[in-house]
Amino acid sequence: MELVISTELHDRLTHHLENTFPSEGGGFLVGHIKGDTRQVTEVHLVENTFASEEQFHRYLAEAGAFQRIEDEADARGLSLLGYFHSHPDHPAIPSEFDRTHAWPYFAYLIVSVRGGKRAESRLWELAANRESFIEGQLSFSQAVFEEKSNNGNH
Amino acid sequence: MATIKIPTPLRSYTGGNAEVNVSGATVSAILSDLTTQFPDLRPHLYNGDELRNFVNIFIGDEDVRFRSGLDTEVEPGDKLRIIPSIAGGR
Repeated sequence: MELVISTELHDRLTHHLENTFPSEGGGFLVGHIKGDTRQVTEVHLVENTFASEEQFHRYLAEAGAFQRIEDEADARGLSLLGYFHSHPDHPAIPSEFDRTHAWPYFAYLIVSVRGGKRAESRLWELAANRESFIEGQLSFSQAVFEEKSNNGNH
Repeated sequence: MATIKIPTPLRSYTGGNAEVNVSGATVSAILSDLTTQFPDLRPHLYNGDELRNFVNIFIGDEDVRFRSGLDTEVEPGDKLRIIPSIAGGR
């Protein structure tokens, strides 16, 4: 799987995860699917509803947020591509908790945030047998600047 | 006959369909019919014989946990939905 995201949207989500530090933060990725490539067009920041004393190492998006964002994406011909969350002061590698709670087909973007600053973003996908994650390719686009260039605004 | 809305990450197991017709008098029977029609869904909904903790089943806007859980009765024409709770952690 390849996930393409603009630097602007990636900055937006990582700033959110820096702001939620030392707690975990997260949200959803919405956009288009072309073959094995997912193009992110929207980032939805979603509150962590896990018990507050556990938020330093756990993230939970409540069902209502999933329902609302999926319905909005479906209605506009977009796809819910996956979700992102932070690992505060920890590598951007899926944990056993991530694996047991993961969904197939989704793009899992994990951001390591160290000392309140983003350190690393890595993309993962649950294997079909649910026994492991497979690392995907995270690609950054300059969509905003390309759009300005196409309009002649440099 | 009722319908059940399939969440995006599971639609590849239902031929890309976001909504599926299902039969059954209870939520448990509905899920049994669903996983009989689409057997590859089962490991993502169940851990052994138990529904996974982060799988939520709604009828309309109500989580069946606040009714009778998997024993909740389903009427013809009811609209069910599978809604994942999305969780992660380091």
